[in-house]
Amino acid sequence: MTRHVVVVGAGPAGLGAAAAALRAGARVTLVDSAEHPGGQYHRMLPDAYRAARPGRLHHGWDAFDRLRRRVTGHPRCAWWPETSVWMLERSAPGEPRPPRVHVLRGPADGSGRERRVLEPEALVLAPGAHDRALPFPGWDLPGVFTAGAAQALAKGERVVVGDRVVVGGAGPFLLPVAASLLEAGASVAEVLEAGTAAAVARGWGRRPWELASQAGKAGELAGYAALLARHRVPYRTGRAVIEARGDGRVEEAVTARLRADWSVVPGTERTVTADAVCVTHGFSPQLELPVAAGCALRAGATPEEPFVEVDADQLTTAPGVYAAGEVTGIAGAPAARAEGLLAGWLAGGGAPSAPELRRLRARRDQGRAFAARLAAAHPVGAAWPGWLRPGTVVCRCEETDYAALCRAADDAAGGAAARAVKLGTRAGLGPCQARICGPTVAELLRRRAAGAPGRPAEGLAPATPHHRPVAQPIRLGELAEPPRESE
Amino acid sequence: MSPRLVPASADAAGRRPDVPLRITVDGVPYNGAAGQTIAGVLLAAGRRSWRNGPSGAPRGVFCGIGACFDCLVTVNGDRDVRACRRRAADGDAVTTQSRAADSADPAGTDGGER
Ligand SMILES: Cc1cc2nc3c(=O)[nH]c(=O)nc-3n(C[C@H](O)[C@H](O)[C@H](O)COP(=O)(O)OP(=O)(O)OC[C@H]3O[C@@H](n4cnc5c(N)ncnc54)[C@H](O)[C@@H]3O)c2cc1C
Ligand code: FES
Repeated sequence: MTRHVVVVGAGPAGLGAAAAALRAGARVTLVDSAEHPGGQYHRMLPDAYRAARPGRLHHGWDAFDRLRRRVTGHPRCAWWPETSVWMLERSAPGEPRPPRVHVLRGPADGSGRERRVLEPEALVLAPGAHDRALPFPGWDLPGVFTAGAAQALAKGERVVVGDRVVVGGAGPFLLPVAASLLEAGASVAEVLEAGTAAAVARGWGRRPWELASQAGKAGELAGYAALLARHRVPYRTGRAVIEARGDGRVEEAVTARLRADWSVVPGTERTVTADAVCVTHGFSPQLELPVAAGCALRAGATPEEPFVEVDADQLTTAPGVYAAGEVTGIAGAPAARAEGLLAGWLAGGGAPSAPELRRLRARRDQGRAFAARLAAAHPVGAAWPGWLRPGTVVCRCEETDYAALCRAADDAAGGAAARAVKLGTRAGLGPCQARICGPTVAELLRRRAAGAPGRPAEGLAPATPHHRPVAQPIRLGELAEPPRESE
Repeated sequence: MSPRLVPASADAAGRRPDVPLRITVDGVPYNGAAGQTIAGVLLAAGRRSWRNGPSGAPRGVFCGIGACFDCLVTVNGDRDVRACRRRAADGDAVTTQSRAADSADPAGTDGGER
């Protein structure tokens, strides 16, 4: 009987995995909560827009378009759009099977969606990441967006978030976001990279051959830089948005020069008029599904930012469960695709000795090296909490402020767990279930416990804010309906 | 100064003319284009916030991709729908939600069904 592979996520990683598993001869069910494949990178326009030239908004569109048609039209592929995995049900201990995959099919957060259960022989998890945004005073004002939100709105539905936008944070993602805003007709006041010029140059310059091997990426980034230059948009390093101000919405951003550890250089504050501020300080992998599947995590740049641990075959520590893409490390779309292709081939029962795998493994290894370089070039500076004021909201859902967190941490000092802090302040207990503030709260508590901000803590187990047995909301009515079993 | 939809006629992606749709938010009509999310319709109409946090603080779109739950609305009676992920359908009756203690929102706390 043909092997059944379920792939969760149809971004660059998941689409690659599906394609390779099909090539290996497997039967594939590809699920994504979005209506179209593409993930964050190749986010497609809605059909209702009837766009004649969608490729204009994308890099590598033609190859993507061919791939997605081949995969979704393949006789052995079931493509399930608008399908959210809300739970993974692990098999009995000792049983070497991947978890059963519980999904809901229908419009986002709708009622009465169809419940289905899939029982794969192999599972590929490729759910991607979302922006990590550090708090600063005013980051909860309407008009402050993550950079990813601006990107998703511009690319995915042609909505531009403001007229005059400040883009700030850390990492190369700032560039495509600024480029999309310009393309969509906004003016970009400035692009601010918090890392100092020296730190960024050191990170990017040390081993240029790794960069060259990501040729697609290098060319793409150069294109964005040229666009910024054409529009005379300043790109400043060692500068960050440290405050957003306005009456009920953003009216201005306060920026300041930063030292290498992201402490503010006093007296360098500047006020910029803007109606939108877009920030990203890195990416947080969406770990709830891997955690639910029982996959071990590995430490990232800080203890609060782990990734899924995978071996040379993209296999996680959970039986039959592979992981690919930004859940294993942040290295951009080409690296995600390479990981997906490898994971899918092996998950689909393809021969580990197949000659094509040599090249694929090499590409995947280049991707991993690139991820390590990116992380080294754009670390979050340890002194960023210096931006915070006592009243700055840290948990957006519960509006827990920095002072309340510090108080709770001090009360808890001497053994009390992160859980006590959580219950005391409610930080991380709101609707987003700590997706946004989880790593930040854990980091602030760790620093607080270690004394001076910036000094690394020794041996303190951080809270693991990634445990969410219900990965996506399900309604009581839907839960009451028995699922339709599908093979 | 406000967010907006790139006009179809000026769109490099070569969009055909928009197919109009209309939704209501707390009874007030908003015009949008088929394909937009509910958040997209509201933003393009210049509205940046529609939900209130526990202190009454305004919330709208933050993450744009379904991670932050800032944008929750009630759609045709279904609470806690992420406006950034739900496509607007012509005639949708959207009501806003609030977690503020003194709000008129009957259920008071969103996220309650999870
Ligand atoms: C908002 C945003 C915009 C971005 N835009 C760009 C860009 O323009 N250029 C660039 O170079 N990089 C961009 N990135 C970085 C981007 O994440 C990667 O380059 C690339 O898309 C990663 O590929 P992936 O396959 O690992 O994950 P993704 O592309 O994120 O794909 C993951 C997919 O999994 C699906 N999914 C997740 N959880 C579930 C679930 N429980 N059930 C069902 N489906 C699920 C998601 O809907 C998504 O389609 C963006 C990132 C974000 C967060
Ligand atoms: S804006 Fe974050 S969930 Fe909708």
